Amino acid sequence: MSTSKESGKMKTIVFEVLRYDPEKGGTPHLQEFTVPLHKGMTVLDGLHWIKEHEDPTLTWRSSCRMGICGSCGMFINGLPRLACTNQITHLHSDRVVIKPLPNFDIIRDLVPDLESLFDRHRSVKPYLIRRDRIEQNSPTREYFQSSEELVNYIQFAYCIKCGLCLSACPTVATSEDYTGPQALTQGWRYLADTRDEGTEEHSEELYSKHGVYRCHFAGACSQVCPKGVDPAMAIQLAKQAAFLKSMGLCKDKPGAPVTPPIDNWVSEKEIPKPPEPTVARES
Amino acid sequence: MQHRYKNNLGLWGWLGGGRYGADRYAYALHRLSGLGILAYFLMHIFVTGTRVDGPEAWESAMHFFENPLFRLGEFLVFLAFLYHAVNGIRLVLVELGLLVGKPGLPSYPYSHSVIRQRPVLVVAMVITAVLVLFAGADFLFLTK
Ligand code: HEM
Ligand code: SF4
Ligand code: FES
Repeated sequence: MSTSKESGKMKTIVFEVLRYDPEKGGTPHLQEFTVPLHKGMTVLDGLHWIKEHEDPTLTWRSSCRMGICGSCGMFINGLPRLACTNQITHLHSDRVVIKPLPNFDIIRDLVPDLESLFDRHRSVKPYLIRRDRIEQNSPTREYFQSSEELVNYIQFAYCIKCGLCLSACPTVATSEDYTGPQALTQGWRYLADTRDEGTEEHSEELYSKHGVYRCHFAGACSQVCPKGVDPAMAIQLAKQAAFLKSMGLCKDKPGAPVTPPIDNWVSEKEIPKPPEPTVARES
Repeated sequence: MQHRYKNNLGLWGWLGGGRYGADRYAYALHRLSGLGILAYFLMHIFVTGTRVDGPEAWESAMHFFENPLFRLGEFLVFLAFLYHAVNGIRLVLVELGLLVGKPGLPSYPYSHSVIRQRPVLVVAMVITAVLVLFAGADFLFLTK
């Protein structure tokens, strides 16, 4: 605990955090905390400070503190953001107002119930579907894919399922049925993958009445996505593909083949040997 | 007993643009203007339908709408139509995937489709503004 003499000198910042107790129910309310500020401090660091020094019951979800696990999504100063990748000083405000991600039920304090995200995600069958299940389950070789073909979907594969886009989307705000930017993007990620043969399976949800055509390009999803996934682009590309197909301007291609074994392949002679182990093996 | 708190933003969630980009405001305005024109269109059918009841009914209906308040209302409907039509053309292009760019390798700082088509939104708004000025001049000076 910092003494009053110290905090008199130290720069501080006011945190306003939404509190909700599931045992009591009722309406959530904002609670204020004064937090000492230091250089490079993230919003997540501030929450940890409060939990350590002021109120151990304050609850949120976080894990990696480096923008990769997708668990610390919160509504921070009016926008959905990751608490761990946003520094307090970069918010340019003397107050940090933190609420749980909107469009998800609140479990407690800042913890949103992401079950609806995962249900939506499952609905597009977000995995590689091949006709030859035996080859897929016990592969003999890899499926052929060029690096140009990889670029068609790799950015969509960077999704960390944080739910920020679903919080920002105005269509999600009014419709629980809408498949939503996260899942639609994952559906398209597999349609755009040359190795995939499950066009029909993914399309069922993607082009259903809850699918891509309920997007009207408000653009908020791509604005808030912390991984550059750009859901708005994936959804428009999915619409474009369906349009071209309906006009007979493009056809489904067969799934990428299993690469054939390469004949007369000779191992390079100059492959260096690994260094000798520096620690003696246990016998 | 554990209670969940329902936190869906609902109507305010789609109408309020908050701190999001211009496109989210364009989205709300497109829907509002569309519904506005639709409401006008329904009234229009009803009002012009009075012609069926003979010339007197038609004349009295027309007389009723000579009021400047209705003239202003008509002007607002026209503004809504201009915005909706010009922005609608942008949406057709964007939703056909024409202005959103191509997927790439994700490297920081990230760019995205919404920023890439933003100049077209600006151009659409400039065209709308010019048309609105013409319509305004027409409304103020050229009509009785
Ligand atoms: C040149 C004329 C017009 C054009 C180019 C146009 C274009 C469009 C487009 C592209 C959309 C879909 C927007 C999206 O997917 O985000 C739309 C929606 C809509 N339009 Fe129009 N439109 C025109 C005239 C009209 C008229 C005359 C009415 C009314 C009678 C109208 C009412 C609507 C409504 C209610 C919507 C739904 C809005 C929404 O769901 O967000 N439009 N329009
Ligand atoms: S698309 Fe982006 S914002 Fe949406 S869940 Fe994935 S990483 Fe998060
Ligand atoms: S704690 Fe993992 S993304 Fe923020």
